[in-house]
This record gives sequence, structure tokens and C-alpha cells, in this order.
Amino acid sequence: MAIDMRQFHQTFFEESLEGLTVMEAELLHLERAACASGQDTVYADSEILNTIFRSAHSIKGGSSTFGFGDVAAFAHVLESRLDALRDRRSQPSQRVVGLLLLSVDCLRSLIVAAKTGKEADRNAIEAVRVQLEKLESENTALPVTGKTPTQVEALTTTHWHILFRPNPRMFHTGNDPLRILRELAGLGKLKTTADVSGLPSWEQLNPEECYLSWNVELVGSTAREAVADVFSWVLDDCCLEIAPKTMLAPTLSQRTVAEAVAFMDTNAGTLRVNVPKIDGLINTVGELVITQTMLSQIATNFSFDNLSRLFAGIAQLERNTRELQESVMRIRMLPLSFAFNRLPRLVHDMSQKLGKKVELIVHGEQTEIDKTVIDRLIDPLLHLVRNCLGHGIEPPAERIAAGKPETGIIELKAYQKGGNVAIEIRDDGRGMQHERIFAKAVERGLISAEAKLSPEEISEMIFLPGFSTAETVTDVSGRGVGMDIVRNNIRSLGGSVEIASQPGRGTCFIVRLPLTLAILDGLSVQVGIHTYILPLVSIVESVRIRPEQVSRPAGGAELYGLRKEYLPLLRLYELFRIEPRSADLTQGLLVIVEADGKKAGLYVDDLLGQQQVVIKSLATHYRKVEGISAATILGDGSVAMILDVTGLIRLAHSGAGHSVSNGSDAPPATVAASAAAPTIN
Amino acid sequence: METARVLDHRILPANEEQFLTFRLDGQEYGIAILKVQEIKGWDKMTPIPNSPPYVKGVLNLRGVIVPVFDLRLRFGLPEAARDAFTVIIVVNIGGRLAGIVVDAVSDVINIGAEQQCAAPAYEGQQNREFIKGLAQVDGKLLILLDIDRMVNPETLDKAEAAAPTAVAL
Repeated sequence: MAIDMRQFHQTFFEESLEGLTVMEAELLHLERAACASGQDTVYADSEILNTIFRSAHSIKGGSSTFGFGDVAAFAHVLESRLDALRDRRSQPSQRVVGLLLLSVDCLRSLIVAAKTGKEADRNAIEAVRVQLEKLESENTALPVTGKTPTQVEALTTTHWHILFRPNPRMFHTGNDPLRILRELAGLGKLKTTADVSGLPSWEQLNPEECYLSWNVELVGSTAREAVADVFSWVLDDCCLEIAPKTMLAPTLSQRTVAEAVAFMDTNAGTLRVNVPKIDGLINTVGELVITQTMLSQIATNFSFDNLSRLFAGIAQLERNTRELQESVMRIRMLPLSFAFNRLPRLVHDMSQKLGKKVELIVHGEQTEIDKTVIDRLIDPLLHLVRNCLGHGIEPPAERIAAGKPETGIIELKAYQKGGNVAIEIRDDGRGMQHERIFAKAVERGLISAEAKLSPEEISEMIFLPGFSTAETVTDVSGRGVGMDIVRNNIRSLGGSVEIASQPGRGTCFIVRLPLTLAILDGLSVQVGIHTYILPLVSIVESVRIRPEQVSRPAGGAELYGLRKEYLPLLRLYELFRIEPRSADLTQGLLVIVEADGKKAGLYVDDLLGQQQVVIKSLATHYRKVEGISAATILGDGSVAMILDVTGLIRLAHSGAGHSVSNGSDAPPATVAASAAAPTIN
Repeated sequence: METARVLDHRILPANEEQFLTFRLDGQEYGIAILKVQEIKGWDKMTPIPNSPPYVKGVLNLRGVIVPVFDLRLRFGLPEAARDAFTVIIVVNIGGRLAGIVVDAVSDVINIGAEQQCAAPAYEGQQNREFIKGLAQVDGKLLILLDIDRMVNPETLDKAEAAAPTAVAL
């Protein structure tokens, strides 16, 4: 029977990449321990080593099953290296940990290459592999320390004592001890003693469980790896001790791999939903069904006496629906740790490269947010942290001079606040240097040298396109393609970024994101007979229009003077060529909106109210429409368009609302305005 | 009665195709029935700003937002008042839904390959790209439409670029 293995590939890739993330995190743990102890060699916690080993092992197993030969080959080298560490044949030095981190990168690129069908950088990978192997031989050749002479022997011995105690459930995983013993027999002369003490009485015997264990003596010039390889498939399912003959009973009861599996972190996978969420969903649906039954009962013998029960039922239905909505949304929610766990590595690599000492502290990584948000949050987040490292944290000497501890701190804090998730990225570095930012902005021609700006306004300028103050362009920061993209990315998720900075004390970026992309907080506005939804995040305020504040410089586009600013006045009915209730500005309202740092006043007939709407893409069955980001369905079943403020401003600039008006359904444009409206910042 | 006819012809001869026919300004048109998802009555629609006149708007079809095109306007025919026969045919083209407004649906008929012929080319004919072929049914002319092209977003864009009311962006 041929099984199409390809159907499992996706799962394999996902699991392997997750495994690599785990390895990376644990290796960084090791390294941190090394730094803390100030020694070159680290006493590695066997739990950490086991975790790393397990990941490498499953990648090796999976990749050879699915025929990714080069992944398997590399994983094998890495695994034997880790095995040596695990068996305490060598202690991980910082150099080794660094090399292991590199190997994780290699494995990742190999897996990504296998996934995308592209070619990985063979030379780089080969170089790392050679180094790994060299490390191996170094350690084999060097007698490690005098303490454990058997370890050296272990590698050269020809007489192995193997204690093999399978888990009772071994058969369930499709493995058979007999096959393993047969394979062992192929390696040399075998003397097997079965331990039958675990056998229960006949009545209690379950034929599907394995009760036996074996003591095996293997004579033959076999490498330890070769012996261990035989067991590679069952490693997670047994208690295994391989020792040279000279060693008698194992001194320390090694924690078995299977035991350690229990410690595996229970983090949710890519979109693996944990059972409580599903249970919650099922409960809610159950309640919904009960409510529905109740309502239909009321409906069948309806009399006005039942009216109060009907209302109660409807209230219950409302609650059930809301709960159902929440449970369904929760399924898409993942903890932020998915985005955060990329950061320790970044901080580690970059702080080394920059010669800075940085500690990363993470709080609230269990805060949950929509999966789509997480996917698109990673890059902006990496960039912000990179920014803290590159610009914020000073080099150690400067820090000491400023009377601060040598090691800088970058703190990430995530928490939920209302319908939003806030992420604070705080460093204790030098803070924003307003004079430098100001000077740079003048140099770049972004502002004039005479401009008087508040510190907040200056801080805001780093979000302008093409702005970077780093003196030298490094691969860390300073390409000038930074913060504006961060802000745009976060805006496109419906969120916002703010900065708070204290000179000499540090900078704090606060990113606010909606919990989900599927639901939007909006304000419904009315223009003529149409209802539109304006996303709440883009609204600054709404004002009654004072006609004397409206001006049209040089017959151009209309401007509205609001306090000290002049904003382009966009008449929504003109942009959309629809019939307004009134073209008289005093009859309607001006909603001040902001997008991409541009403000504008949007003239609408009326505000209807705030509501949450479910976002439905227009492009699924139609296509994108300028000025419209999506559609939604209102309570009465009709469709309403969700306005896209960026698009509206663009639409106004292109003059589309005025240039043509010969369409049969378009009202005559009451105002002939020029195409280019001035941009006021 | 229509159902009965569909059932009669459930097993089609190899070279025959089933078409849903409808009327538009007195002329009969046909579209391949396999593309038709459902036929529904006139419903309230929300107009899409700055779209060509033939895009009537979008419709809430059980939670799915479906654009609706007025075929009369699409073909440059005079717009007609809605009556009891005006219907929206919802077509499904590779998962993409679209509604088309027609004067009335008529029938479901089988058309063999030998009954079909290519549309003749003549000067100044618009919308020819949407015509898949012509067929003679009971002595009357039936225009077979290529509905895929008509609701395809690329042709939409092209049409808009050509249309005078287009929004140049």
C-alpha cells in the first residue's frame, strides 16, 4: 500500500521549525548560564540538554522518513555532537554553544529549502558541518579529565552492556523490541537475557503491552553511535542504558527520555487549538441550541402572557451569540510568545556584534492575539528591538561613565487593555536625542531649521520616511527604511505606535494592536441614504463646521482651519459621487481623520453611532476599491462599506472625485477643485 | 416544470450542454448551467462608490458579499424598470461569486455542438468578447454568453479603463 507521504510534509516542516525554535531558546539558556558564571565551560543542566537533543532527534527521524536526506545527514552530525554533551563526555564551552546555534541556523535553512524547493547555501552548511565533526574528533582524541576514565574507554570499547527497558506502550507506536534485538545481533555477538519480572499474572496480562526488559551484551568493534542508532526509533519509548562492559550497574539513574517528554513545553502550535478552547466552543453551542429550543417553544404557543419570557429568551440568545463569537475568535488566538521567542536570538547575536551587553526581559508573553496579527507583527517587533539595541543601549564604557550598570536592559511587556493588546518595548539606554533628530530632519529637508517643535513632535519625526540618525549604516540599523515602515505595518494591522522617551533614561515604544483583524471597532456615518463605517483608530475627533474656517486658497482644494492646523476638507459625497443630504457644510459634521501621518477632515451628513463590525473582504468576489478597505453586514442585513482613510486621501489628491462627472448616476460635482490638494503635516 | 425537464436530461449525450436561458431587452441569451449557483429575486443592494454604472452594488448573500452586475447596462442596452420578473442569477466561477441582473429567466435547454456556431464578426460590434457563440433553438436565435469573461475582475478593470466614467487611478 502506497501512502502519499507528501500529505505529512507540511506537518513535518512546521514541527521541525518549532523544534528548532525550542533548541535555539535552550541553547541561549546555556549561553546565558555561561555568561553568568563567568566561566568558559558551563555546567549544563541535563534537562536542557535533553530538550535540545530531543528536538534534533525528531528532526533527524522525521527527515529521514520523509526522504530529506541532507536534513537528516546534518541532523545526524548535530545529534551525535549533542549526544556527547548529554553523556557528559565533554562540557559545552561557549564556542561549542555558538557552533550549535550556527548549526540550528543551518538546519533551519535546510528545512526551509526543502519546504520551498529552493537551494540552501551548501557551502556555508558544509563549513558548519565540518566544524561540528572536527569538534567531535577533538573531543574523542582528548582524554577529557581524569575523573571519569571510563568515558574515554566508552568510545573505543568493543564490549557493550545494554540495558533496554521498553515502555509498556511501545507496541502502540508500531515498534517491536524483537526487531531491534535482531538488528543489534547484526552488529556483533549478542548475549541476551530477558527480565521477566515485570510480567503480570495471566488474567491481568494485556497482549498489547510490553512487560519485558532485556540485558544485552554485545561483543564486536562497534562505535557507540552505531549501537545507539539501532534504538533511534524507540528512544522516546524506552529506558535505555548503553555502557561499556567495565561499568557495572549504572551509577546514576539517568532520567529517561520518556520521562523528560512530560516536561516538553505545552505551547500551542501553529494553529493547533488546545482542547479547552474547543470544549468552550462546544459548551456555547450547546447553550445556543437550548435557547433556540426555548424560543421555538415560546413561538409555537405564543400568547401575550409569554412576552416577558420571549424577551428573556432573546436576551439569552444575545448572550449566547456573543459568547459563541468570543469562543470562535479565541480559536484564532495565539500567545504572543510566538512573536517574542524570535527576540532572544536577535538580542544575543546583535549585542555580540555591537559589543554591547544587553539583557532581554519579557513579560506577558502569554497574552493572546489573533494569529494573523502575530504573523505580521514579527517584523515590526524585530525592528523595534533592533532599534533599541542599535540606538538606545549605549556601549558598556558609555554606560559606566553615565553611572549606569554595564548591562543594558531591554524590557518587553505585553498586556491586554480593553479590546486592544499593548506591547511596550522599553530600554534603559540614552533615550531620544532630540537635538540630533532635529538636526537630521533639517539636513534631510524634512523640516525647516526655524521650525519650533515640541519634544513629542520631534520624537514623532523618526517615523517619517527616509529618516535615520545612525552615523554609519550598519546591518543593525541606519538604512533609513525603518520606523516609517514599522508604523505603516502596525497601522495596516489597525494598531498604533507611540514613543515616550527620557534623555539618559531610556525610550519606550508602545505598540497597540486590535485583538483581532476579523472585527473592527467602527463609527457608522451617514452620507445621503448611505451608511459607511469609519474605523475608530483613524478618527481623531469630530467637529461642527464653522463656515468662516473654510478657505480655498487660490481656488484650489478646500481647507479647514482647525486650531493652528489647516486640513484638507474632503467631502465624502464628492469623492464617492453620491447624493448628500445637504451640500451645506453647516448641516453636517466634519470628522477629523488621520492615516499615515496625514490628517484630513471628512465631511459627512451625520454620525450614527459606534459599533463593532465583522470585516468582509470585497476582493474575494469583486476587487479592491479605492477608498474602501472592506465591507461589512449591518444589523438589518444590508451591506455597508468600511472606509479606508489612506485611500480616501489618495482619492482626493488624484482628483478622481471631481475630474469626471458624466456618469449617469453621479451627481454633478458642486465644487470644481484642482487635482493637487496641499498636504499639511 | 423546469425541474422535470432538467431531470429528463440528466444524462446528457456526450456532445450536448445544458444552458440556462434568460431574456434581456427582448433577446434570449444562454449561460452554461454548471456556472449557475442560484437564482434569486431582486434584493436591496449597496452601491460601490466610483464603480461603472453596470456594477449595481453588492448584495448580502447569506453572509457573503457578492457583487451584482446589470447585464443590460453592461451591454449598453437601455436600463429597464424592475418588475416581478426581474431576477438576479448568481453564478459561481471557480469559487468567485457574482450576481447578474436579467429581465427574466426562461428555460433550461440542451444544446448540441451541431446547433452552435461562432458569432459573425461585423463592424463596430461591442462586447463581442463576451459572446461564446450563437445557437438556433426552435427557429429562434439564442446568444450563448461566456460568463467567465464577463465577471472576471481583469475584464472588469479593462472595461473600466475604457469606460468614460472610469476612475483613473
